[in-house]
Amino acid sequence: MKPSALPSPTATGRPALEVEGLRVDLHTPSGTVRAVDGVGFGVHKGRTLALLGESGCGKSMTALSIAGLLDPVAEVTGGSVRVSGTELVGLGRAERRKLAGPVLSIVFQDALAALNPVQPVGRQLAEPFRIHRGLSRRQAAEKAVELMTRVGIPEPRLRARSYPHQFSGGMRQRLLIAMAVALDPDVLIADEPTTALDVTVQAQIMRLLRDLQTERDMALVLITHDLAVVARHADDVVVMYAGNVVEAGPVREVFSRPRHPYTRALLDSVPEHAVRGRPLPAVPGSPPELSAVPSGCVFQARCPLADDRCARERPALEPVGASRSAACHFSEELDRG
Amino acid sequence: MASFLRKRIISSAIPLVFVVLGVFCLARLTGNPVDLYLPLSATPEQRAEFSAAHGFDDSVPVQLWDYLGNAARLDFGVSLRTGEPADAMVLEAFPVTLQLAGMTMLLAVLGALLVGSLAAYRPQSAVDRLAGLLSMTAASIPDFWFAIMGVLVFGVALDWLPTSGTLGGPEVWVLPLATLLIRPFGVLVQVVRGSMVGALSAPYVKVARSKGADATRVVFGHALRNAITPVLTVAGDLAVGLVNGAVVVETVFGWPGIGKLMIDSILQRDFAVLQAAVLLTAVTIFALNILVDVCHALIDPRVRQAVPA
Repeated sequence: MKPSALPSPTATGRPALEVEGLRVDLHTPSGTVRAVDGVGFGVHKGRTLALLGESGCGKSMTALSIAGLLDPVAEVTGGSVRVSGTELVGLGRAERRKLAGPVLSIVFQDALAALNPVQPVGRQLAEPFRIHRGLSRRQAAEKAVELMTRVGIPEPRLRARSYPHQFSGGMRQRLLIAMAVALDPDVLIADEPTTALDVTVQAQIMRLLRDLQTERDMALVLITHDLAVVARHADDVVVMYAGNVVEAGPVREVFSRPRHPYTRALLDSVPEHAVRGRPLPAVPGSPPELSAVPSGCVFQARCPLADDRCARERPALEPVGASRSAACHFSEELDRG
Repeated sequence: MASFLRKRIISSAIPLVFVVLGVFCLARLTGNPVDLYLPLSATPEQRAEFSAAHGFDDSVPVQLWDYLGNAARLDFGVSLRTGEPADAMVLEAFPVTLQLAGMTMLLAVLGALLVGSLAAYRPQSAVDRLAGLLSMTAASIPDFWFAIMGVLVFGVALDWLPTSGTLGGPEVWVLPLATLLIRPFGVLVQVVRGSMVGALSAPYVKVARSKGADATRVVFGHALRNAITPVLTVAGDLAVGLVNGAVVVETVFGWPGIGKLMIDSILQRDFAVLQAAVLLTAVTIFALNILVDVCHALIDPRVRQAVPA
C-alpha cells in the first residue's frame, strides 16, 4: 500500500477525511480497467485540499467513490475511506445513507443537471431536513428559505417556488451548494463547482464556498483542473495522473518547486507564460488509455526525463521533505534543477 | 393555460371536419342501402319511395349539405335498422367501451409503472430480464388469438369464466380486460423501463442519493416524474387505439360497445349511426390528445413556460 500523501503538519488531531490506498475498478464490456490506483490523502476540518488533474485522471471517480455514488460499472476494490473516524468502504447502504448529508456532502459541477427539473427548488433544499431531521413540510420549507437567504438568493421566499430553469447558472450553483451544506457536514466535496460558470461568477461562487467552509468548519475537497483555482483557494494539493497520485503537498511549496515532471509541465502550460505569436506551451501527447497504462511509471510516455528505469519500475509515492511526497525517480534532480 | 387549451381545440377542429367528410363519402362507397333493405322483388316505385324517404335520391353534395346542417343542430339522423336516433344509439354504446378502455389503461399504466420501475432500478438484474421477457411476449401476442385461447381454456375447458356478455358479476370483466390489457401493458413496461433507466442515471438522482434519499424516494420522489412524460405520450396513443380498436374484443366477447356498433353499422349500411359513431370517437381521440398535452404541462414546468401566455 502506498503511503498517505498528507496530513499536513499545520493541523492537529485526526483528519476529518482520510483516504488510503483507494482502488476503483471499472467493469467495461471489453474488460476490467483500474480507474483509481492507490490514491491516498487526508483533509482536516477547516482546510481545503485540491485534487488536481486533467479529464479522465480519476479525480472525479475518487470523489464519487468517497461519496458512495459510483455507477454500477465501477467498484471500489481496495483501500479505506474514513470520514470523522467512520470507515465507509464496505459500509451498508442504510448506514451510508445516514451519513450522506449530515457528515459528508458533495456539490456537482453542472447545476442545471444536478437539480431536479420538475421540482420547485425550495422543496429540493428542504429535502435533507425531511430525510435526516424528520421535520414537517412547513418547518423544512422554512429551513430551505433560510438556506437560500444565506447563499444570497434574492427574494428567497418567492423564489423557493421557482424551478431550476428559472435561475441563472450562478444562482443554480448557489442553490446546489446550499443544499450540500444544509446539515453542516464535516466534509464537503466540490466536484469542479465552477467549471460551467463564467469567470466573474466563478469568483463569487468560490468566495461563497470559502465563507461557508470557515463558518461551518468543514473539510473541503476541491476537485478541479484549474491551476488558478488551486493556487488561490487550496491549502494542499494532490496531483493525479492516470489514476495515480504523482505528487502531493502544500500548494505553495508544490507550485513553487514541483518535484514531479508532470506537475512542472502543468505549471509551464499556464497561458501566462505564453509568448505572443508563439504556440501556447502544452504537455506533449495525451494520457494513456486506462486499458493501456504502462507497467512502469504512468507518465513515462510524455516525460522529458524518462529513461530505462522508468519503463521498468513504477516509482512509489515517497516523502520528499517534511510534508510533501512525489512519485518520480528523479524528484531529487528536479529539486536541484 | 386557457389560451393553450383554446388553441389546441381550434387546431383539432380542422382535422375533425376532414374526418366527418371522409367518413361521409367513404360510407357511401360501401353500397346502396336500398339493395340491402328492400327485397329483390321490390318495384322501382318502392325503391324510389324508400330512397326519397331517407334522402338517398339527392346527389351526394346535397346529402352532405343536409347532413352538416342537421348535425349543426345536433340532429344526427335516425338508424336505418331500428329507426332510433343515431346519437342515442351511439351514446348508449359508448360508455361500455369507455369503461372497458378506461379500466384497461388504468391497470396497464399502474402495472407498467411498477414493473418497469423495478426492472429499471437494477438494469440487467434477474428482475429486469424477467420483466423484459414478459413485456416483450405481452406486446407481441395477437389480441384475437389471446381472446380465443382465453375463451377456449378458461371459458370452455375449465369453465371458470363466462365466454361472452356483460351480465353477471366481476368475472365477466376478466377475459375482455385481460385481452385488451396485454399489449398496452407489454408496450408500457418497455417504455417505463427505458425512460426510468435514463432518469435514474441523471445527475439529479445522484444528488438525491447524496442527500441520503432511499430507493423509494429516489424512484418515486425524483425519477418518476421526470420519466413519465414519454410514458404519457405512448399511453395516450394506446388509449386511442383502445377506443378505436375494441372492435375485436367487443365482437369476440359480445360486449355492446362502440366498436361493435361501428362494425354492425358498416355491414348494415347504417350511415347515420356509422357517422355519429365515428364523429364521437374522433372527438374523444382529440380530447385524449389534448388531455395528454395538458398533463405534460402539469408535470413539467418547462413545458408550461414554453406555452405562450
